[in-house]
Amino acid sequence: MACSPGSHETCTDTVLSLRGVSYRYAGATDPAIRDVDLTLQDGELLGIVGASEAGKTTLCLVAAGLAPRTIRGSLSGTVHLDGEDAASLQMHELAARIGICFQRPWTQLSGVCETVFEEVAFGPMNLGVPRQETLARTDEALTALAITDVASRDPARLSGGQMQLVAIAGLLAMEPAHLVLDEPTAQLDPAGTRLVADALARLAANGASILIAEQRTDLLAALCSRIIVLQAGRVIRDGPTVEVLTDPELPRQGVPETSAGRLRRLATEAGIATELLDQALD
Amino acid sequence: MPAFLERSPPSRWHALNPLTKLIFATVTALVGLIVGGLIGPLILVTVAVLLPASVAGVLSRLVRTSVLVSLPIAISTLLINVFFFPGGQDVLLRLGPVVATREGVSFALEILARILTISGAITLFYLTTRPSELVLDLESRGVSPRVAFVAHASVQTVPAMLERASNIVAAQRARGLDTEGSLVRRIRGLLPVVAPVVLGSIVEVEERTLALEARGFTRPGRRALLWFPADSARQRAARWLLVSAVPAAALAAAYGLLAWLP
Repeated sequence: MACSPGSHETCTDTVLSLRGVSYRYAGATDPAIRDVDLTLQDGELLGIVGASEAGKTTLCLVAAGLAPRTIRGSLSGTVHLDGEDAASLQMHELAARIGICFQRPWTQLSGVCETVFEEVAFGPMNLGVPRQETLARTDEALTALAITDVASRDPARLSGGQMQLVAIAGLLAMEPAHLVLDEPTAQLDPAGTRLVADALARLAANGASILIAEQRTDLLAALCSRIIVLQAGRVIRDGPTVEVLTDPELPRQGVPETSAGRLRRLATEAGIATELLDQALD
Repeated sequence: MPAFLERSPPSRWHALNPLTKLIFATVTALVGLIVGGLIGPLILVTVAVLLPASVAGVLSRLVRTSVLVSLPIAISTLLINVFFFPGGQDVLLRLGPVVATREGVSFALEILARILTISGAITLFYLTTRPSELVLDLESRGVSPRVAFVAHASVQTVPAMLERASNIVAAQRARGLDTEGSLVRRIRGLLPVVAPVVLGSIVEVEERTLALEARGFTRPGRRALLWFPADSARQRAARWLLVSAVPAAALAAAYGLLAWLP
């Protein structure tokens, strides 16, 4: 059963499971993540928050199977994808099932495609998707992110925000069942952030399971059914979005307040009754 | 397929299949090496480099680029052969212990003609062929996508690094880095930029590797390409003819059939 964005419905069918996972980068003395237990249900949008260096990116890399396979390091614990041990899957099999988007858009470009269209089609071509289907998927992905007007442009000449949208479109064109997004809106303006949020909500409504690490708690509040808080590589909180993001301890743990949370706090500090504010925000 | 992917080439020469142009350039360079003398390579440059360049509309760019690229080796070749040619008898100029001989000048000009033939052929290919076209053509013929990617990415690396270096220099200049003035001052100013350029490129390689893995790049087997350059039976026949010109020229040179060329 798929979960609605922002809802607290119970989802079934675990698609991604991390049990007792610790990961230490090669040459590092301490693990970047420690004893992480995480489950992503079918159709769920799970948010990850935490201060800088809390381990969000590492968790994303482990969840997508890139660590330790592509990055040298040592992993303990188990990672299961669709019920299978992720370590037993080939990298391209993982790529077909779980897509990952990184923070820095310019390193996600292939560097060999002359147009945005070819860049977005790069992933499906690699997966051996037939030509006509690749063309159709590429068109759909460009339309979903409203970047058809830059389809003929050189992706290396785009702004950072446009590049990130192209990178996400490239991910969508591969049609993975699950997505891992590491701060996908870091380089985007509010309009771009809205586009990405809308696209993610559509994907989740269509049954995609999404793990998203973000600093923009407003975005997570609108999209996610559940939030995990990371601190120093450990999961310190795992619960429904409303409960986690309204925790007054969160700012002390390096997690920004949501705008609604900040308004409520300021109103309370100013002695203003919050009932009307709650009605307006709800 | 989007119309902008079906790129219309600016000339009939540009429209040739990249493999045809590559073989043409290679054969021109090899035959230029095989054919002795001065006139042979000059005829080859005229027919196989300048004429196609004129058809392609890149003649002035070709001459400029080819001369610039050949200049360092041409100067050193001229100087060494003119002044240090062994066995030269007919002295043209004496500069202290070194002498310039007619035999040395003659040999130097022959070498120069060969250099210009090779650089001209390569430059013509470079100016009329997009790297992506060549790579896609090779991939459509069965070359591994990984090999094709490495070849293509290697070509793109230099301009990308130059652009990165330019951005870093601009940023450092905004912070007061002095990159103008005498040569020593400029070198001193640019040295701190080298490390960020190199280290940044290395970090980027790791991140780009992750992104490629995440996009299924390591999947074995061929990809379904969106497009690849057109080819024809006529061009295939022409390629075989061109390739056969190399052993033919070698045999002709070995049997002295080209000795009439000065």
